[in-house]
Amino acid sequence: MLTKGMLAKELKINLGLSLWMVFLTFPLVALKVDYLDKTLVWHLDNLLWVALSSFLISGVWRYFLHHYQPKERLNTGHRFSFAEALANEKAMLFFLCLLSISPLLTSTYQTSILITAMMYIALGLGLNIVVGMAGLLDLGYVAFYACGAYAYGLLNQYYGLGFWQVLLVGGFMAAFLGVILGFPVLRLRGDYLAIVTLGFGEIIRMVLENEEELTSGPSGIANIPKPSFFGAELSYHQNILFLFYIMLAILLLAIVITRRLQLSRIGRAWMAIRENEIAAEAMGIDLTKTKLTAFGIGAFWAGVVGVVFAAKSSFINPASFAFHESAIILSIVVLGGMGSILGVVLAALILVLLPEYLRFLAEYRMLFFGAIMVIMMVFRPQGLISRMRAGYDRDPEMNAGENLDD
Amino acid sequence: MKLSPFLLKNFKFTLLLLAGLILGLGLTSCEKKKGASSNEANTPASEPIIIGVAGAHSGDLAPYGLPPKHTVAIAAAELNKAGGVLGRQIKIIAQDDVCKPGIATDVASKLISQGVIAVIGHICSGATNAALSVYRGAKIPVISPSATSPELTLEGQNPYFFRTIPHDAAQAIVQADFIVKHLKAKRVVVVHDKGDYGKGLATLVKKELESKGVEILLFEGVTPGAVDYSALIRKIAQANPDVVAFGGYHPEGSKIVTQARKRDIKAAFISGDGLKDPSFIKIGGKFVEGYYVTSPADISTLAMTIKVNEQLKAKGQEAGNFGLQAHAAFTALIKAIETSKSTKPEDIKTALMQNKVATTLGEISFDKNGDVVGSGFSVYQVEDSKFKQLAW
Amino acid sequence: MSTDGFQYFLELFFSGLTRGSIYALIALGYTMVYGIIGLINFAHGEVYMIAAFVGLTAAGACSIMGLGTISILIIALMAAMIWAAAYGYTIEKVAYSPLRGSSRLAPLISAIGMSIFLREYVILVQTADFVSFPSLIFEIADFKFLGGYIQPTEMLITLVSVVVMVTLFLFMGYSKSGKAMRAIEQDQEMARLLGVNVDKVISLTFMTGSALAAVGAILISSHIGQINYNIGFIVGIKAFTAAVLGGIGSIPGAALGGLILGLTESFATGYVSSDYEDVFAFSLLVLILILRPAGLLGTSTQEKV
Repeated sequence: MLTKGMLAKELKINLGLSLWMVFLTFPLVALKVDYLDKTLVWHLDNLLWVALSSFLISGVWRYFLHHYQPKERLNTGHRFSFAEALANEKAMLFFLCLLSISPLLTSTYQTSILITAMMYIALGLGLNIVVGMAGLLDLGYVAFYACGAYAYGLLNQYYGLGFWQVLLVGGFMAAFLGVILGFPVLRLRGDYLAIVTLGFGEIIRMVLENEEELTSGPSGIANIPKPSFFGAELSYHQNILFLFYIMLAILLLAIVITRRLQLSRIGRAWMAIRENEIAAEAMGIDLTKTKLTAFGIGAFWAGVVGVVFAAKSSFINPASFAFHESAIILSIVVLGGMGSILGVVLAALILVLLPEYLRFLAEYRMLFFGAIMVIMMVFRPQGLISRMRAGYDRDPEMNAGENLDD
Repeated sequence: MKLSPFLLKNFKFTLLLLAGLILGLGLTSCEKKKGASSNEANTPASEPIIIGVAGAHSGDLAPYGLPPKHTVAIAAAELNKAGGVLGRQIKIIAQDDVCKPGIATDVASKLISQGVIAVIGHICSGATNAALSVYRGAKIPVISPSATSPELTLEGQNPYFFRTIPHDAAQAIVQADFIVKHLKAKRVVVVHDKGDYGKGLATLVKKELESKGVEILLFEGVTPGAVDYSALIRKIAQANPDVVAFGGYHPEGSKIVTQARKRDIKAAFISGDGLKDPSFIKIGGKFVEGYYVTSPADISTLAMTIKVNEQLKAKGQEAGNFGLQAHAAFTALIKAIETSKSTKPEDIKTALMQNKVATTLGEISFDKNGDVVGSGFSVYQVEDSKFKQLAW
Repeated sequence: MSTDGFQYFLELFFSGLTRGSIYALIALGYTMVYGIIGLINFAHGEVYMIAAFVGLTAAGACSIMGLGTISILIIALMAAMIWAAAYGYTIEKVAYSPLRGSSRLAPLISAIGMSIFLREYVILVQTADFVSFPSLIFEIADFKFLGGYIQPTEMLITLVSVVVMVTLFLFMGYSKSGKAMRAIEQDQEMARLLGVNVDKVISLTFMTGSALAAVGAILISSHIGQINYNIGFIVGIKAFTAAVLGGIGSIPGAALGGLILGLTESFATGYVSSDYEDVFAFSLLVLILILRPAGLLGTSTQEKV
């Protein structure tokens, strides 16, 4: 119970905090200076708002910080149980059913937003393999996405290839790029890997920008055709509907394959190197092979989604593949709870649809978006769905017949 | 720590509820819109005519996207007060595409599902290009006040696309002519900002100059927002050109010319309409004196323009770079609806091509590709902290 | 032509030196924070940007009051450093300190969120446009130095950076707080047991790093003459690259990394093309990390199982 003394103390602390915020925001919020015109505009009323809102926010913040102990602060993860797996399955099924009928209920615009959301889910699943499962922090994932998109754009422009012909080609080209880029960085760990992959992402974007003759540079490639439906001419609405079901199929495939991979030998090898590289190597896991497959498979999905992106927007330019995209995809993986597929699905839905539904906040939209990211991490650092790990103690039948030795 | 399965299930339940809510929200919010779009063919006279305004209304390119939104709103309010067109009121729906191609297609399909009969926008060439793939299918007439990429009207591939701003190739020709005939330059350095507009314009200028036999010493790009450009400035000093042509926007433009003048580079500088902004002079100060800028001809003395500017001022807004172009686009569109007595795309298109309209840009019409006729480029020079139109 | 060639080389060298000093100054913030809590502080670039805005406000207020050039510079610098430190402190308390002990990636995402928040905050309360930043350093024409033109601001930037870095090096090596920082870097638990107030020292690290970024922000803003909400992003990424290049966690490494990065970019622009300056910078990073996976001056720790 909150006693009177505690309340008074809490009020005092919050008052102090709001005063601190007033001090902090004073030069930017209360003053606006034009150096050339030598004018100084005061907005002291804004300070009042800052004081009031920070008093309330800090009260709520401190209350939750004290009364809500995030579970599993440490990197342990809890045991995999059959009941949870079932709950996961049910939740997933529910979602997919809801998704598959949604275009029949909504407008073309809503369908088109849902395609974007599904694209980000698939991107999240791909990056989840690299970051969530194998523990390789990749900040340049958008390069593979760009690779797929440009593969379709360029092959269509120069050779007239269609969506279906390029879909897999784009995926494999991205996978190939992933393996090529993976080679030199195999020795790097943790944050060194992060900055090098970030650099790769930027290099790819700059090459797309500068190789004017090939990629038509920053002005981009326009008029990329939508997928054909047995040669039939489709209206825009039908096109989007068709694309929706294509993306849904790709997503289903991605979910099934990632799930199977997660439980397979290679999946367990990924998780082993995530937990401890040296121990994994000592257990006979081939680090080179394991890491490169993670890069390759992760990049493959980005490539496939890239092809869909090119078809959906029918216009691509290098600016669509900036670092910001990598950051959003990484946020999906981490917010979802690294390594969890359902988590990725939920996080992608939230991150893509949130800015859409926050539109009523107008110019405050992105401010809230950033704040929500911080709040989510502070109160649920393990992500929406925390990582599951197969264990031996509770479900012996899950592991029957699977041995770790060669 | 072990979690009780109950709690965990509960947690998932909440998550599901949340996600369901998000989806549900989407479903309900669009139910209403569907109704609006269905009755397009035989609209009763009481229904308003819906016109979309799309462009960057937030983010760093908002200064280019907001003025068109404001001027169209003013023009529509004035028209509605006077009784509307064909006896119907005008309703404006504004949508924000943040100048991103991926979002622009979504915005386009949203506008179509809301039942627009025409769109004024988009602002950036890239976003316009992406959005046109959507409008093309629905045959929605689109008039952009600002998308200057030449390929948009090329080969008539977008038969329902018009623009009230001349495209970059026209601007490049004026710039090249000015460099050769007026400045009599033999050695030119071309710099761009690696962006859609900047590099596009710079490439066109370079091609034009090369065809006129001018030596291009350097063709280089700067990264907007980089710490400093002094290495490039020194490279330019080393090349010792007669003229530096820069394609891009005013922040980089003023940085480059400031550093160049400090480094004692005496070459003349010339740029496109991306630099014709009051803050270019404000920030550049004495270093931008003498800078040449090509931009649409001066229209500030037209009676109609003065009136619009006053209306904007009363609301605390400014016409910005493309506000007047958007106003002109709206005027042309309304005139087309009026003369064709129809809101069908084919009729509007034909009327747009036939009409000559008095607008804030002067009297304009559109050629067969949809490019504006009657609004050309002139050359300005910064003199005593003002853009002065040159007669050459 | 040969003297001409040498002069050109020298001028590019000055350009690289200036850029490098700025990168190094910002890189220190990354490297100090990384060294002590192993976190990439993605919001560091935003602190740099906010410091520039605070400096502008202070300078504007002072010039309206009619103070002299030197006092404006000093007051703007002090204000920027104080508020940058305050922002650094608050960011740590809000976004990172509740996350201590969780996985390595959670604070990274929280940092990205913080960075988005701060950029939007500046857009809302100030402006999304570029604003003019006064030249706070004396206006002198470029002069010849060793046969090459150099701008006085460039010399000043390099000089200040060197002084700041030497001071920081001495501070880390000999002061009590510096020793405490190094102790936490080596073993946080052990340092706590020996009576080091870990939370306080971490806060101090954030504040020091932010104040250094503020120095960089004021210098470079008055050199360039304009700022907007986005200036922190590119500088942040480059400075982070510099920190990793030199070996993240090492202070001389940050200085060396910044210098190498600045010179590479400058020479790439001068002798190849400015289109590819960033490509060269990142390629160099990859190359160096392949040869020395822990950066130039970083110590690769032998891991035990």
